[in-house]
Amino acid sequence: MIEMFQYDFMWRALIAALLVGLAAPAVGTFIVQRRLALLGDGIGHVALTGVALGFLTGTAPVLTAVVVAVLGAVAIELVRARGRTTGDVALALLFYGGIAGGVLLIGLAPGGSNSTLTSYLFGSISSVTTQDVWVIAVLAAFVLGVVATFGRELFVLCQDEEVAKVNGLPVRFLSLLIAVTAALTVVIAMRVVGLLLVSALMVVPVATSQQVTRGFTTTMLLAMSLGVVSTVGGLTSAFYASVAPGAAIVLLALAGFVLALGAGRFLRRSRARRDQSLSMRTAAPAAPEMSP
Amino acid sequence: MTRSAQATGPAPPAASAATQVAFAMAKGHVDLDGRPVLRGVDLRVEAGEVVAVLGANGSGKSTLIRALLGLTPLSGGSAELYGLPPGRFRDWWRIGYVPQRLSVGGGVPATVREVVASGRVARQRRLRRTSAEDRAAVAGALASMGLTDRAGDPVGLLSGGQQQRVLIARALAGEPDTFVMDEPTAGVDAESQRHLAGTLARLVDQGKTVLLVAHELGPMAPLITRSIVLRDGRVVHDGPVGHDHRAGHEGHLFRHDGHLPGDGRLLDDGRLLDDGRLLGGGPAGDGVPSDGTGCHPHPGHEQDRPHAYDVSGGPMSSGATQ
Repeated sequence: MIEMFQYDFMWRALIAALLVGLAAPAVGTFIVQRRLALLGDGIGHVALTGVALGFLTGTAPVLTAVVVAVLGAVAIELVRARGRTTGDVALALLFYGGIAGGVLLIGLAPGGSNSTLTSYLFGSISSVTTQDVWVIAVLAAFVLGVVATFGRELFVLCQDEEVAKVNGLPVRFLSLLIAVTAALTVVIAMRVVGLLLVSALMVVPVATSQQVTRGFTTTMLLAMSLGVVSTVGGLTSAFYASVAPGAAIVLLALAGFVLALGAGRFLRRSRARRDQSLSMRTAAPAAPEMSP
Repeated sequence: MTRSAQATGPAPPAASAATQVAFAMAKGHVDLDGRPVLRGVDLRVEAGEVVAVLGANGSGKSTLIRALLGLTPLSGGSAELYGLPPGRFRDWWRIGYVPQRLSVGGGVPATVREVVASGRVARQRRLRRTSAEDRAAVAGALASMGLTDRAGDPVGLLSGGQQQRVLIARALAGEPDTFVMDEPTAGVDAESQRHLAGTLARLVDQGKTVLLVAHELGPMAPLITRSIVLRDGRVVHDGPVGHDHRAGHEGHLFRHDGHLPGDGRLLDDGRLLDDGRLLGGGPAGDGVPSDGTGCHPHPGHEQDRPHAYDVSGGPMSSGATQ
């Protein structure tokens, strides 16, 4: 266990993993609640164009990825808000456009090739630089700040947009905020698990958590804990087993989901049994009142 | 007016409350997917009134209240909320909206308490922690709908009637002065109906404004000060609730369960196949999903209904009731 702390790159990787593990499921809870589980994938594909654009223009790929991902997220949100039935088609179009744009642009970049993109597609956490760590830290702080500041309003929005409107909430602003926050999360997680697996960190810990929880806040907090366990645990096992860290992180998260599926079934059954015995006890005095 | 109310804090000026117009619509037209759903509705509801909007499925009653709230855009005419078009209205804390059904977002669980507490959102500032006042309002809302012992349960596991109570409790938690309820009685069991009627009575005592859409009024009937009956997107009755509203006698009784004699069909454009006049008696229909909102009734909610509520009175039935 001590061995991996002797390498500076592992320290940077661990910090990045920790931040991503916290931020991705926090945003993911709202995204899953809003039935936009594939939003992260869509943004991830678009961000690839941003990465390639960075190589083409000689800018830091993380920064161009942020810009393009945010623009893509805003586009997805605008399409979603306008059309009722074309949302998934629009998302699909962005998938294709993002990947094709990325491959096309990287070919134009001096010395760039598809293999340059591979580290972004599948992540390369061990090559995270100090500058990357700073970018990730700032973005993660922003993401968690958004959740802390707007969490109450986002909860209402993601549950029922019309109720949010009648509560006077800035529905359009909040919808864009959640899309932009998701885009930033994608870019943060890009270096850790790769653009193709980014969405897994937003969705899987939430899906796992909701198997065993009863409330929204507990779902989010448990998902964040599970996210950290997955990213840090996956990174650690990847270090010792010499496997791809991104894949190890996602598979660990999925293993947690399978375990939670069983645990959730058991929990629900025992709760149902308890509720049944409770209602049987309370049914007797209530019965005369019920009959007219 | 509303600006000054905002500046002086949550309590509306009591003196002007009695004369305020809460909801107004002039020549309101709404088209949904090219079909006219409201065809020239004129309406004025003053603060303190308790108004029921009645009508068969497809008559446009849900669309009416949605248009008043700005949720459905008008294609003609105008709507006002406390004197302002919904788009410019700012005092949303005044409105407690009870939608037709609870949407359980994407499978992420939420407890009854969390959903009810979210009704405070219009009153809470960002980054401000939940105050004792917030907690008291939520506890009070839970108690008045009989949900205190379910507060920690996930809303997704509740029955339809209990979920309806959660929605009403959420509106109560915001302590608004105006309630807009879209079919609060649909799919509601007897116990939930009693809770609703009891709560409504308290709201009426407190002088709150209530605008509700209903299929049947049940125990709420005595509390309603005025009923508006829609048919085919037009107001066909606006006045007191018919005195013999439960009568099943012959005449032009209007059943609000969407059940039709004969082949019992609603036309695709939401109009009733016959002229909408239905005889009392007969089995309860199964809620034809043509409310003009695209929403479907709760499956099986007819079974929960103690009785179908009949309304008479107004032009279509005045001959029979007077």
